[in-house]
Amino acid sequence: MLQDKDRIFTNLYGLGEKGLAGARKRGDWDGTAGIIAKGRDWIIDEMKKSGLRGRGGAGFPTGLKWSFMPKDSGGRPHYLVVNADESEPGTCKDREIMRHDPQKLIEGCLIASFAMGAHVCYIYVRGEFIREREALQAAVDEAYAAGLLGKNAAGSGWDFDLYVHHGAGAYICGEETALLESLEGKKGMPRLKPPFPANMGLYGAPTTVNNVESIAVAPTILRRGSDWFAGLGRPNNTGTKIFSISGHVNNPCNVEEEMGIPLRELIEKHAGGVRGGWDNLLAIIPGGSSVPMIPKAVCDEILMDFDSLKAAQTGLGTAAVIVMDKSTDLIKAIARISAFYKHESCGQCTPCREGTGWMWRMMERMASGEAQVSEIDMLLDVTKRVEGHTICALGDAAAWPIQGLMRHFRHVVEERLTTHKGASTQVAAE
Amino acid sequence: MPKVTVDGIEVEVEAGATLLQACEAAGVEIPRFCYHERLSIAGNCRMCLVEVEKSPKPVASCAMPAADGAVVRTTTEVVKRAREGVMEFLLINHPLDCPICDQGGECDLQDQAVAYGTDGSRYHENKRAVEEKYMGPLVKTVMTRCIQCTRCVRFATEVAGTPEIGAIGRGEDMEITTYLEHTLTSELSANVVDLCPVGALTFRPFAFTARPWELRKTESVDVMDAVGSNIRVDTRGREVMRILPRLNEDVNEEWISDKTRFIWDGLKTQRLDRPYIREDGKLREASWDEAFAAVAAKLKDARAERIGAIVGDLAAAEEMKALKDLWAKLGSANIDCRQDGAKLGGARSSYIFNSTIAGIEQADVILIIGSDPRREAPVLNARIRKRFRAGGLKVGVIGPRHDLTYPYEHLGAGTQTLGELVAGKGFAEALKSAKNAMIIVGQGALTRKDGAAVLAASIALAKSTGAAFNVLHTAAARVGGLDLGLVPGAGGRDVAGILDGASKGEIDVVYLLGADEIDMEKLGSAFVIYQGTHGDAGAHRADVILPGAAYTEKAGLYANTEGRVQRGQRAAFPPGDAREDWTILRALSGALGATLAYDNLEQIRAAIVADAPQFAEIDMVVAAGDLPDLPAGELDAAPFETPVKDFYLTNPIARASKVMAECSARVAATKRVQAAE
Repeated sequence: MLQDKDRIFTNLYGLGEKGLAGARKRGDWDGTAGIIAKGRDWIIDEMKKSGLRGRGGAGFPTGLKWSFMPKDSGGRPHYLVVNADESEPGTCKDREIMRHDPQKLIEGCLIASFAMGAHVCYIYVRGEFIREREALQAAVDEAYAAGLLGKNAAGSGWDFDLYVHHGAGAYICGEETALLESLEGKKGMPRLKPPFPANMGLYGAPTTVNNVESIAVAPTILRRGSDWFAGLGRPNNTGTKIFSISGHVNNPCNVEEEMGIPLRELIEKHAGGVRGGWDNLLAIIPGGSSVPMIPKAVCDEILMDFDSLKAAQTGLGTAAVIVMDKSTDLIKAIARISAFYKHESCGQCTPCREGTGWMWRMMERMASGEAQVSEIDMLLDVTKRVEGHTICALGDAAAWPIQGLMRHFRHVVEERLTTHKGASTQVAAE
Repeated sequence: MPKVTVDGIEVEVEAGATLLQACEAAGVEIPRFCYHERLSIAGNCRMCLVEVEKSPKPVASCAMPAADGAVVRTTTEVVKRAREGVMEFLLINHPLDCPICDQGGECDLQDQAVAYGTDGSRYHENKRAVEEKYMGPLVKTVMTRCIQCTRCVRFATEVAGTPEIGAIGRGEDMEITTYLEHTLTSELSANVVDLCPVGALTFRPFAFTARPWELRKTESVDVMDAVGSNIRVDTRGREVMRILPRLNEDVNEEWISDKTRFIWDGLKTQRLDRPYIREDGKLREASWDEAFAAVAAKLKDARAERIGAIVGDLAAAEEMKALKDLWAKLGSANIDCRQDGAKLGGARSSYIFNSTIAGIEQADVILIIGSDPRREAPVLNARIRKRFRAGGLKVGVIGPRHDLTYPYEHLGAGTQTLGELVAGKGFAEALKSAKNAMIIVGQGALTRKDGAAVLAASIALAKSTGAAFNVLHTAAARVGGLDLGLVPGAGGRDVAGILDGASKGEIDVVYLLGADEIDMEKLGSAFVIYQGTHGDAGAHRADVILPGAAYTEKAGLYANTEGRVQRGQRAAFPPGDAREDWTILRALSGALGATLAYDNLEQIRAAIVADAPQFAEIDMVVAAGDLPDLPAGELDAAPFETPVKDFYLTNPIARASKVMAECSARVAATKRVQAAE
């Protein structure tokens, strides 16, 4: 269990003093100019050594990502874009950072931008986050007034401007290239890669898109040293992480914990345990709605980090733990998730546009029992034809929850389909 | 140059090429819907997925740059399943109403479903239905069939330069529509139908009239403007059913204008299908012999200086040659092929588009004088826009301000600005410092009283700045007529002279070869012979009507604005008693006792080549010589005006077309709305 001295987000619950003064008391903006004075290479090197992996879901090493930015790009500006379009169902960690610890994020923006040669940074805030963007904007204004942003930001000699941009509330704009499109004023549709944003990003210039949490932890890592951060967690899964625990627990919460904490410990220590006791647990979605669920048997032993969850055929994702006890209709739950992905598909590429609707309709029929058992395999085949064939990962995200359900709870689905009276297949009006 | 291995075949491709291009180079066919060579890459249909070594997922070959050493496989199980998957996804919400779909038989989706899809359907849900979207009188939509490839969106935005089509909604509710269902305003709009891989966008005038496999296809040339777009005329029996573009990289790429495409209903209405003679002020049907006798009676008696001939805009070289020879036999010098009064003629380099249309792509500075290329030659304008999109093009315009679909610097309204440029001021610097500067002079600058002076000034400007000199014509017949020398001989009258003479009673007989754009009032009491296809202005005034063949009904040579000679082919027969035009003149010459010396097409073509050797070089541009020095003249200060007042109604065939009338009315209505704002 994470000790208080190793906690990065010391005001995650907003209990401490508000505003810049409070943040400074908690250690933010301490020696920022000194960190910057150590130079780009030192910062990127430290980030690499810390082993920090992106907190947005894919878990790509942050230091490595920063190092992809070209050193010299022939006069083109560089941009840092912070992805605060936190829309993954179950996830609510960035929201707390923006509400209560925004200075960590702002300081991180300055340091990361300097490390990548960017003088301008945009924070793209999810459209539904109204109070959060107000809080963030107030913090940015405060930082400007204190000389921490703007010309010679924080006395570092680096000119730096930070803009808070509001999205319009589309899940797909959390995909980094769709986010860039949206930021440019276009329809939020993912771009084809290559070219990657580090080469051709915002307005065609080199751009790095990072998650809020990845950026917000950077100043503390650099202040306390990469060894400290790397010493937490397990190799390749280092540091601390904010977990969002929701669903059938007694005390749903956000909590910062060490990577690799056993899932059971996480839930029992911080969330007050599963409703009705651990034995009442049915399944858990460990990383936001897009990752496959795991049954109780797996939950008993699993460790919460990238590699351990990957080995269990699921993923850490955004570390949004969705707990479902035995009262849950899992088929209906997954059907709801399918409806979400059908609704949020941008419609650009064929497999996702057509496949998400098809999968959702089949899931609805499975939930009500009005399907054939043979359709389970067909549904799985459809998920396989969506997965990996699309421009962005939304297709995968729509396919995985269904695959997870069928992997572990196929018997439940089969039982419903066979016991349902008058099971019939709808015939399309051709 | 990267080397790529496709299914074991190693190919070398140009740097920057895509994997799809590499596959094509290796002779491996890759199915696709959204990819199109002339549009930007969307990569959204996912039909072109291939397997690439070291890539964990299948890769969209249309969007992936070919890296050196890439190993591509297109025959594996992964690729097969990916294609089947995409095919299935495209078809689950496609209505499969092929039996009643106009695209049936020439549908990419149909063809590729057969080649790459599976049999049977696993889809047991209800299919999506999408409401139709109004896109104007030309493009019919059945949006339920749409597969959201966005080719039409990209065409409108990129090629046509009228970003009016877009996708609204998202996910499976994404729909293609025009902004608030307004009519497309592009002159190239119907090309989206050619691009549409399914039956979502079809030709409204062609709806439910024919199946592609019933049509006989004839490769021909368009005469609606002076570009000479290559077309394919589809006929069933005697009827022209539709007109489609034909690929010619040097001329029209694969686009044609809406006028070129939808003119065909004009070929069926208002046709002159038998000779007529005016008696007691009324036209009566007559036989050919009667008509020839009536013409001969007038022409034989008339003195050579009291007759005149005017050639229209759609004439082929054959009939112009025959008319010229006939007039020479009659001893008259009063002949003119420039019914708009353009002051062109003389050295060939001074009246053709010397740079060639494809040459526009090398230009870095273009000066447009007195022309609205968007309406005078939409396909050529698309070439300028293509050059603009490639970046680094500077365009200057002297003349009226029009939306040309690319930005330009408006230098001035008329000759005053031109004079300043000739004096080396302003834009002349840009022309001088450019590597490949072009000057395009339009008919708006040349048909004025001071046309000759404007021409001289423009040529002087081209010479002093080193820019290429180009004339943009509006009439398909014009360059051919000038090449064949259908201009007044020594002491002869030009169009204005003939009309002036006729109104003063100095001209007794006027022969109109398809000439309808002149002021018929000025013909006075002259005896008018009209040889043409449609009951338009000329036929209304005529005393004798000799029914001719339209461009789809005869074999003819046409020289486009570049001087490129192209062959039009007969796709259908002329209606009723109408005949191919040069044969009418040949027969008339017999009746006049001045028999022309050719009896068949080969002979008249040989005679044409003897006059103008470039007519032997079919499909080629024979370069003209150096620019002549023309004497400077007095310039009129009046601003230039475009000769094309209404794009859709520029010639007798267009004016007989109901579809064109509808388009014209729609444009007029749109203009009124704008004025009221």
